[in-house]
Amino acid sequence: MASLVPCPHCGSRPKEEFTIKGAALRRPAPDAPADAWLRYVYERANPRGRHEEYWHHTSGCRRWLVVTRDTASHEIEACRDAALTSAGGRA
Amino acid sequence: MLRVSRRPKFVRYSALSVFLNGLSGNANWRPAWRTPQPKPHYDVVIVGGGGHGLATAYYLAKEFGVTNVAVVEKGYLGSGNVGRNTTIIRSNYLLDGNNPFYELSMKLWEGLEQDFNFNAMVSQRGVLNLYHSDAQRDAFTRRGNAMRLHGVDAELLDRDAVRRMLPFLDFDNARFPIQGGLLQPRGGTVRHDAVAWGYARGADMRGVDVIQECEVTGIRRENGDAVGVETSKGFIGCGKLALAAAGNSSRVAEMAGLRLPIESHVLQAFVSEGLKPFIDCVVTFGAGHFYVSQSDKGGLVFGGDLDGYNSYAQRGNLAAVEHVVEAGKAMIPALSRVRLLRSWGGVVDMSMDGSPIIDRTPVGNLYLNAGWCYGGFKATPASGFCFAHLIARNEPHPTTRQMRLDRFARGRVIDERGAGAQPNLH
Repeated sequence: MASLVPCPHCGSRPKEEFTIKGAALRRPAPDAPADAWLRYVYERANPRGRHEEYWHHTSGCRRWLVVTRDTASHEIEACRDAALTSAGGRA
Repeated sequence: MLRVSRRPKFVRYSALSVFLNGLSGNANWRPAWRTPQPKPHYDVVIVGGGGHGLATAYYLAKEFGVTNVAVVEKGYLGSGNVGRNTTIIRSNYLLDGNNPFYELSMKLWEGLEQDFNFNAMVSQRGVLNLYHSDAQRDAFTRRGNAMRLHGVDAELLDRDAVRRMLPFLDFDNARFPIQGGLLQPRGGTVRHDAVAWGYARGADMRGVDVIQECEVTGIRRENGDAVGVETSKGFIGCGKLALAAAGNSSRVAEMAGLRLPIESHVLQAFVSEGLKPFIDCVVTFGAGHFYVSQSDKGGLVFGGDLDGYNSYAQRGNLAAVEHVVEAGKAMIPALSRVRLLRSWGGVVDMSMDGSPIIDRTPVGNLYLNAGWCYGGFKATPASGFCFAHLIARNEPHPTTRQMRLDRFARGRVIDERGAGAQPNLH
């Protein structure tokens, strides 16, 4: 696991400062059909390889980040602010 | 051309066989299972030669009379989670979707060694969960009562009773003093490798082909059904296909077009240098995630939380190591000078509600056994038995009726932990 996370606001920081939420998914509209909510809440692509995740910089800038990480090698490819970018794809 | 390997003659293991083989210099032991090449077609192909896959094959052959079975394993037997867990068995579950299943497993553990004629070192030394607050005592009381209502043994111990069992615990920890514990006396430990070997041997002697170093790379489908698997040893046709590839369930299921309510996470385990006997049960810290037992060699076998991020790497992070040993030291201050011998990681299927799935799938002849989180080892016998039941009879065993794949869509989750759809919190 990469031990350092390149926070766009704080620079390279140890991963212990962060809280991991999980897959960065696009939230369905409130009136979306049940199927869309099922996919969002429960179903996961769970890839071996490139994975976009929400990380919260709990002990730093307290911003929500989108970390692009490899689930097999643990290398971090990119890290960007979740609110300043359009995050996520399908589950 | 298929190479037909010679089937070793079945030798029953016993004290007498050990004695007689000793007289001949132990030169006449035969391999415990064959090394067959795959046949073109089997009635049932099981993907995953871990504990659950091998147990499924064993019970299919022994209890349900289905012997034209292959177990395909990408590595060698015991290379996955069956050889990476902390060997604990217990049936101290709260919910009625879980408890009868795990109690069935406990009963199978109790007769397992006689059943498959292999020494798995089943040791019912007791599993003690410590509690540290009034609220936690009440929650444990509720769980203990639920267990007893299901016919499972459970005893609520007060502080003095725990002190008699384990006098070296930090009872007066300033932040988390120990008030007592919930004990399941029938819980304990089992030698995990021997479980894989015993089931493999038992399945093999009944005609099951256990095919190692054979990675599944695709699932071939015709008219919706799965007709076989593409593997590193060629195509293998099947009547029914059974997935028992926990850790990689999502990857295998994706080959059949299924998306599962599962994330893969890494869980670490540890063993210390050998020590004189001092922990004679399994004990878990209630104020953090730490559990420990002592192996027959003297090493302390322990573990804790997930690392917390999706991972397919069978190795973890130092931060989790530090967290686990800190929790251990908070519970047993004497651990502070114990040296770690080894640590390792296993990739586990974290299901979205923390409970497993043993069910049919939208693909007619494809059966799924997945989502064991970090609790798959204790379930091995019942998982194999119930999965074999499902495959052979096409209907769930009574104890797995709630372990459905579609329970998430129906709102019938089995949320033992009550943590919501957040796998890294289970």
